[in-house]
Amino acid sequence: MKASTIKMLQSKKEQIIELWMENQMEDPTLREDLMSNEDLRVQSIELIDTLLHTLNEGNSTQVESQDFEPVFEILAGISLSRARQGYTPRETATFIFSLKDAIFSVLGENISDLSLLNQELLEVSKLIDSLGIVTFETFIQGREEVILRQTDEIAEISTPIIRVWDGIIALPIIGTLDSARTQIVMENLLVEIVNSESSIAILDISGVPAVDSLVAQHLIKTVSATRLMGAECIISGIRPEIAQTIVHLGIDLSSIITKATLASALRQAFTMLQLEVTKVRKDKKV
Amino acid sequence: MITLNRDRLLIHKDQDVVILRNRVKEYATKIGMGLVNQTKLITGTSELVRNMLRYAQGGEVLIEVVSRGRENGIRLTFSDRGPGIADLDKAMQDGFSTGRSLGLGLPGTKRLMSEFSIKSAPGEGTTVTVIKWKNG
Ligand SMILES: Nc1ncnc2c1ncn2[C@@H]1O[C@H](COP(=O)(O)OP(=O)(O)O)[C@@H](O)[C@H]1O
Ligand SMILES: [Mg+2]
Repeated sequence: MKASTIKMLQSKKEQIIELWMENQMEDPTLREDLMSNEDLRVQSIELIDTLLHTLNEGNSTQVESQDFEPVFEILAGISLSRARQGYTPRETATFIFSLKDAIFSVLGENISDLSLLNQELLEVSKLIDSLGIVTFETFIQGREEVILRQTDEIAEISTPIIRVWDGIIALPIIGTLDSARTQIVMENLLVEIVNSESSIAILDISGVPAVDSLVAQHLIKTVSATRLMGAECIISGIRPEIAQTIVHLGIDLSSIITKATLASALRQAFTMLQLEVTKVRKDKKV
Repeated sequence: MITLNRDRLLIHKDQDVVILRNRVKEYATKIGMGLVNQTKLITGTSELVRNMLRYAQGGEVLIEVVSRGRENGIRLTFSDRGPGIADLDKAMQDGFSTGRSLGLGLPGTKRLMSEFSIKSAPGEGTTVTVIKWKNG
């Protein structure tokens, strides 16, 4: 880009900002609920300031150059925060691409040499496209962070421990039992055995989609740890197809008490605690 | 044998295990595979993809719906460019593991599948191909 063009753009900064803001406000999908117009203006000004400050005759076609790092940094910050706040990709892309229109108008008004105008438009277009790509990459990265955080949260909340009876706790496991999950399950279980002074823990795996050798190893470890605490562990919810698969795989669960249903595990636990459930007979009063 | 449908999945992180298993389950359901065979197929898939992640830092899985005569099935090809396996006979033995795990992934998966073949050499990566027939 010609030094004179850059200088002209710098002198028209206010106009570019006004045009850009107008473009953004015109968008019917603008999320005023997520960000006030004032904040939007602050973000826009910061970006334009840095961009016009960075641009010079030598670097305008070299977006990969170090010069543009501050611009990318601001842009990354903006799109990360937008991703976290729940903006859609379209809204975030519109933010940066509507800047193109604003700069195009100013170039068109101020450059009369058509071949020069043509060349400058092309360069600005390429530049903003690169900025758009960075915006998109960081936006996705922001979304991935949100997903990872939610994964952690799901791991935490999906391992509730239920006190089913004095001395008996139950832990329904839902979802895939990977190494990180197992760690959480095991810790929660051991702490709860102590807190509730329980001697029997029932681990229900009805909600676990597949039991492969890694999951089996995790289950065996959890049972061993429970026994070290002086408690017994029953594994329930082993569906018929899972039982068959475990056998073919060659996993030996014979040292573990396993039951098909939570109900039969509970019955077993009552027996172990020498408890009996009986039906109350209502004698008819005369 | 003819291929009716094919799908490719790149594997490079733990979360891909669940994605792959679900994709395989979709295809198995589509050809009407029963619950027991589906569970065997998915468990074997889980073993092989975990090996791929653990010993070779990931790789690629090809999912194919195949047909031979009147029988339909799912063929999976797991290929990685990891270190490869020096002694295949040992690796196929129950209980052999260099990763301090149960050592049942390869031999167990062979038992769960209808067909199983493995190709591997040190420095050349590992390719495991399995087929589970709908009624196999
Ligand atoms: N994709 C692979 N690349 C390199 N080595 C492998 C691969 N898959 C399996 N192995 C080797 O074969 C051994 C046996 O695998 P497996 O039967 O799944 O048991 P485990 O994973 O419990 O060790 C592993 O310990 C490892 O040394
Ligand atoms: Mg394994």
